[in-house]
Amino acid sequence: MISFLLILIPLLTGLATFFIKNEKLLRLWVLFASIITLIVSILGLCCFSDEKYLQYHGEWLSSLGASFSLKMDPAAQLLCLLNTIAFPLVFLSTWNNRYENAKNFFALMLLAQAGIMGVFLATDALLFYFFWELALIPMYFLCSQWGGEKRIAITFKFFIYTFIGSLLMLVGILYLYGHTPDHSFAIESFYNIKLTLKQQNLVFWLMFIAFAVKMPIFPLHTWQPDTYEQAPTATTMILSGVMVKMGLFGLIRWLFPIVSSVAYAWGDVITLTAIIGMIYASLIALRQDDLKRLVAYSSIAHIGLLCVGMFTQNVSGIQGAMIQMFSHGINIIGLWILVEWIEKTTGTRKMSELGGLAQRAPVMTIFFVIIALANIALPLTNAFVGEFLIFNGLLGSATQYYFLYTILAGVCIVLGAAYTLRMVRKVAYGEVNNRTENVSDISINIKIALGAIVVIIFATGIYAQPILDFTSELTNELVQKFDFIRQTLQ
Amino acid sequence: MNALILSAIFGVILMFSGILLKQKAVIRNIAIAGIVLLLAVNILEMCGTVLFHVNTHGMIVFDRFALLFNTIAFVATFIYLILSARDMEKVGVNYAEYFALIFFILCGITLTSSFKSLLILFLGIEIISIPLYILTGSDKRNLKSNEASLKYFLLGAFSTGLMLMGIALIYGARGTFDTLSINMLTEGKPSLLIIAGMLLLLFSMSFKVSAAPFHFWTPDVYDGAPTVFTSFMATIVKAAVFIAFIRLFDDAFGVLQSQWQLFVAIIIVATLFIGNITAVFQQSVKRMLAYSSIAQAGFMMMAVFAMNTDAKEGLLLYAVAYCFATIGIFAVLIKMKDYTFDGFNGFAKQQPILAATTTIFLLSLAGIPLTAGFLSKFYMLKAVMITGQNLWLVIFAILMAAISVYYYFRVIQAMYFKTGDTQVVEVSSTFKWILVILSAVIILLGIYPDIVLNWLYF
Repeated sequence: MISFLLILIPLLTGLATFFIKNEKLLRLWVLFASIITLIVSILGLCCFSDEKYLQYHGEWLSSLGASFSLKMDPAAQLLCLLNTIAFPLVFLSTWNNRYENAKNFFALMLLAQAGIMGVFLATDALLFYFFWELALIPMYFLCSQWGGEKRIAITFKFFIYTFIGSLLMLVGILYLYGHTPDHSFAIESFYNIKLTLKQQNLVFWLMFIAFAVKMPIFPLHTWQPDTYEQAPTATTMILSGVMVKMGLFGLIRWLFPIVSSVAYAWGDVITLTAIIGMIYASLIALRQDDLKRLVAYSSIAHIGLLCVGMFTQNVSGIQGAMIQMFSHGINIIGLWILVEWIEKTTGTRKMSELGGLAQRAPVMTIFFVIIALANIALPLTNAFVGEFLIFNGLLGSATQYYFLYTILAGVCIVLGAAYTLRMVRKVAYGEVNNRTENVSDISINIKIALGAIVVIIFATGIYAQPILDFTSELTNELVQKFDFIRQTLQ
Repeated sequence: MNALILSAIFGVILMFSGILLKQKAVIRNIAIAGIVLLLAVNILEMCGTVLFHVNTHGMIVFDRFALLFNTIAFVATFIYLILSARDMEKVGVNYAEYFALIFFILCGITLTSSFKSLLILFLGIEIISIPLYILTGSDKRNLKSNEASLKYFLLGAFSTGLMLMGIALIYGARGTFDTLSINMLTEGKPSLLIIAGMLLLLFSMSFKVSAAPFHFWTPDVYDGAPTVFTSFMATIVKAAVFIAFIRLFDDAFGVLQSQWQLFVAIIIVATLFIGNITAVFQQSVKRMLAYSSIAQAGFMMMAVFAMNTDAKEGLLLYAVAYCFATIGIFAVLIKMKDYTFDGFNGFAKQQPILAATTTIFLLSLAGIPLTAGFLSKFYMLKAVMITGQNLWLVIFAILMAAISVYYYFRVIQAMYFKTGDTQVVEVSSTFKWILVILSAVIILLGIYPDIVLNWLYF
């Protein structure tokens, strides 16, 4: 029931939002709706964690072999929590932003939330595909209507990229469906399919491309910086904080269990491309002057590391990736809130035109530094836990070149520190210039949002054990499959 | 059988009503009443009540599939008439005749959906085609309309010739017109006569559904014809010919599937490729829709290719999804003064409801989930996929579907994200409501396609 409510609430409230005319009421309403969803997801985490509350099964398209079945496993629960935390933060931090046709904007945001939630919950392949597309459509409208100058062409590029990816995934799903013994789209039947290696190879690439575009992994990342730059920042927060996790989640739930042998075999190649992407993105980030683009490239580097963690295929790496999926979402939303505030108050995103904000906005600077340090993965912050585990996993992974990979990925962390600290220095410190002269500190709503983020950063950074315990069972199941394959190969 | 006879009678009634009645509203109401009656008697026949008993000697059989498609065609025509019947007044003075011709076409459609003999197929196709030649040229003072009509007539007559030749060859080989008797296994290789006849029929049917490389008439004819009639011929008529297509190849040439499957695959690939790629370069929405109808025909051909239960169910669903969405878009297009993509700039600001419904129609054509268009494309892909072996065709079709997003979304981009001054003819609130209902139906079918498909079995 909980899982069904998590989709239903944003869907219905989103549809209702189309009809609210009063602007003040509108903001209160969407904040209220998103907080209700957050409460439901927390309830699912602590009070109603019994299986019968977390699963839902409804009749739908039974003639095709599909059904409306939802299930929350720990990974899904973690990401649903991230999704439900993200939206109140976004609404709160953009409280004072003015949008033309605000009701449509907020309605589409809530619909996007419902779509993303469905992706994390669906255990029926056809339903999964439905939600996968439905999360994209509101995003398309949000980015093309409320974005920057070049929004139409760039959002369209983003749309076509992801659409081709997801259509290929549809072919993969249909192919798997053709091989199920009971002609069903249910995930349980998919798990029981026995495919030859050649068939697995085909399915792996059909589906992996969709996930890789979404993450995005080098060389399929070219839509990402432009889209993040041109989209309205509220949407960018959701895109980079939550939506990219759809691809990573797809790996855990759909790709690894179904085609594990081939996923194991291609692990090396994909780790290599992910690392190339990390270095490449970090180097570009180092040369960026535009804050939004810098954060976008930094995000590519971080997601690359997440993907590396997934493909280490051992307990430490996958556990690290799980916790890092959550942490990265929180941190990057914090960064976007700050970038948005800087752009709104100073009128520029160019670091070369900024400086001395620490003198004018000390509270902002404290938050800025903490979140920046979390982005570098300093100990005590949440990202440290995840990235440390991923590196640990990478060193212990079965690939031949693990040592080289670890060094290369380590270089990216150093580069990450370089560009993040450079950003802090250029924005917060230095001389006050005529742009930053009259800036006053952040308002109360942003303080609350950033305060919540900082609390989560430290809480996860200092005591991450509950989350690790929470996901350990799922991780062990996955890793057992890979271990089994490794043993049979030897 | 009910609908077949009544549609012919109504055609005659409407022909004479033009002489006796001067008020256009009355004529229009008779036509709408007629289509409602046709729908009613057809549903009665689905429930088992047959009003007219005619012994056709097995040449026409109204089975579930035929009756369900007739219902779909009548519902679509009903929607088409209430949306666009007023706009026919602007085409010319012979208002009543247009309705009469549409009813004759419906008569032909009931024949093509239910034939069991090649003669009836030929009759049905001709009864559909000849009124269409007239409707295409009905804007008499417009040079483009005349050219389109002449082009359509000449090429159409040529393809009819091919069809007759094919039927004659098949008669020569098997000595019968009955489709089920043609479909017999023969020892050894099938004779050259029957293969040649079958291919001629394949080509002429491909011409009628505007599949490449027999599509060259389509853009010019659809573009030249008055937009109201383009709407009718691009949707209901095309779907009806597809039904005839799949019936013919299932009934008559089922055993020869290995002989024609490759040809059909080549036609699908060519149709999808030419339709989609050319549509990308169009500047006029009307012409884009013409190419889009070619591209959609490529998808519908996949039903003929796969020829299994999924394919037949899917084709019916495809007929509904495609007809409803395209009729809706054309109904909006008729109200526009400027048919280019730029003509849609800023449409959403002026007409939010029209823009929202048009968006849903376009999303359905593009095959986005939650619309009927997605599920119908899904059925096609699934039908081909479960034949095994043909993964390449599925992937090719998928890539072409991705291209189609480009031109459908261009309209959405113009409506929502660009600013401009759209010129729109006054629209009534009833018109808007019908469009809203139509788009609601498309979404409903995108979630529960069984509403339509269950009729096939109960």
